[in-house]
Amino acid sequence: MNISETKSVRIAYGEALLELGGTEKNLVVLDADLAHATMTCKFGEAYPKRFFNMGIAEGDMMDTAAGLAISGFTPVASTFALFGTGRAYEQIRNSICYPKLNVKIACTHSGLTVGEDGGSHQSIEDISLMRSVPNMTVIVPCDAVQMKKALTAAVEMDGPVYLRVSRPPAPVFTKESDSFEIGKANILRNGSDIAIFATGLMVYEALVAAEELENQGVHAAVVDMHTIKPIDKESIISLARKTKRILTVEEHSVIGGLGSAVAEVLSENMPTAMKCIGIEDCFGQSGTPEQLLKEYGLSSANIVEQTKIMIKKA
Amino acid sequence: MDLRMKACDIRTDIVEIIHRAGTGHIGGDLSVTDILVDLYYKQMNVAPDKAADRERDRFVLSKGHSVEALYAVLADRGFFPKEDLLTYAQPGSKYIGHPNNKVNGIEMNTGSLGHGLSVGVGMALAGRMDKKKYRVYVVLGDGEMEEGSVWEAVTAGGHYKLDNLTAFVDRNRLQISGPTEEIMTQDKQEDRWAAFGWNVLSIPGNDIEAVDDAVELAKHIKNKPTVIIANTTKGCGVSFMENQVGWHHRVPTDQEYEQAIQELAQRRMQYAQDSE
Repeated sequence: MNISETKSVRIAYGEALLELGGTEKNLVVLDADLAHATMTCKFGEAYPKRFFNMGIAEGDMMDTAAGLAISGFTPVASTFALFGTGRAYEQIRNSICYPKLNVKIACTHSGLTVGEDGGSHQSIEDISLMRSVPNMTVIVPCDAVQMKKALTAAVEMDGPVYLRVSRPPAPVFTKESDSFEIGKANILRNGSDIAIFATGLMVYEALVAAEELENQGVHAAVVDMHTIKPIDKESIISLARKTKRILTVEEHSVIGGLGSAVAEVLSENMPTAMKCIGIEDCFGQSGTPEQLLKEYGLSSANIVEQTKIMIKKA
Repeated sequence: MDLRMKACDIRTDIVEIIHRAGTGHIGGDLSVTDILVDLYYKQMNVAPDKAADRERDRFVLSKGHSVEALYAVLADRGFFPKEDLLTYAQPGSKYIGHPNNKVNGIEMNTGSLGHGLSVGVGMALAGRMDKKKYRVYVVLGDGEMEEGSVWEAVTAGGHYKLDNLTAFVDRNRLQISGPTEEIMTQDKQEDRWAAFGWNVLSIPGNDIEAVDDAVELAKHIKNKPTVIIANTTKGCGVSFMENQVGWHHRVPTDQEYEQAIQELAQRRMQYAQDSE
């Protein structure tokens, strides 16, 4: 992979929100006092009358968003993933998803790559929490270019959406011309020995791993699972049929996230040998994003290693 | 019709609905009835054929367990046929044990306590952005005031100076396991809300005229939201249910049902004589 550009997905989120604000007059944005971190500040500066800082009160923010949605607006509520999906879980469940209201929840600082703030601030359960609630759509953009498409698609559809946005600068490797359709996985690379399903920042790691594997004579397919719910069953089943081995990679707990979603599909339709790379049921710690990803096995090196173990087994 | 008589009719419907279904929150239904009757028969700009009208007033029953009272009022006002309530609380029915927006006239799903006022804040902000004249009404329970999330909404309502928002606290002084003051002190509600920047009115909440005066007064208060502390009686209108904690979620026996209906009919007759 020869990538020259890096950009934070959250920066792209802020820019996309600002741009959408110009055309979508019904768009309103709420934040819980983190606008300069979530980057909703750009929208807030441009459209102050459609921006509400609700203070450090995430639950109130989600319910207020529900009230705005009932009244015909399209609210986008932002905070850190831990507080948005954890503190305000029941507001999202009972006041947004149960009445199926048109609220978009875009949470930044997801996963371990929050970095130095440590375990209290690293959401490793948010995908699991959000995908288990009926009526919710769950999207995890893999880079800055895809972020804008994801936000646009989320705003265009009617109903609750959770967008999981990451914090640190990350490689920009998708193209403007690449397609983005909610619920339709993007197959980035074909291969016959194993299929690697990755989401968020791990998609890039999977691509790097696949190149290295190719050098070693292993042909790995790589799939960008930008939508965790609704999950693209067809792509999962057809690739499992073809490769007989499935590896999932996510910056999230191995319980309840992408790996679980893929396993649910395969166990019922096409039982297949699987390995889930993720955070092994433990909390995070302080460190730079790079240090933490390496420490918890969320790296191309570990993807290569786990793939080789799987191939040896068969 | 004298609204006091209407309230007797609604109370009768509530007792019937709950007796027939064998479930419901009768005590809180009967304490909140007069507030609902004033709003739905006199104050609010709502109509069955205008449930999506952008100018309509908005109502959120944050103490959603009092849904039987809301169903009785909405059915009587023609939002749906009364016969629909025969399915109340049965599998497949949209008339669920707590409010949901599949029912004509219900704006918001509630019942899990501590959400409704925040939703009302969102509706009030929307009305302001849209430059609409509609008002937003939210009814909370006094036990509900123990939910910390309510105070986030009280803070936001005061901060944004939402004078198009009126909240009620159905202050019947009882919650599911006993008197509020024994479980978690709630006095003085008046002082608490005032400290957050709200206009506070404290009234006898089962006196419809007092409710009406307060709602009217709130419309003219500028730059702050109003809370009406409605000092009510749980189980109001049925002698053996009044101020009895056990009637939070009890279902009347056939004999109790007959007595309740009789008492409400007597009360109604008295009001009818008064107004002649």
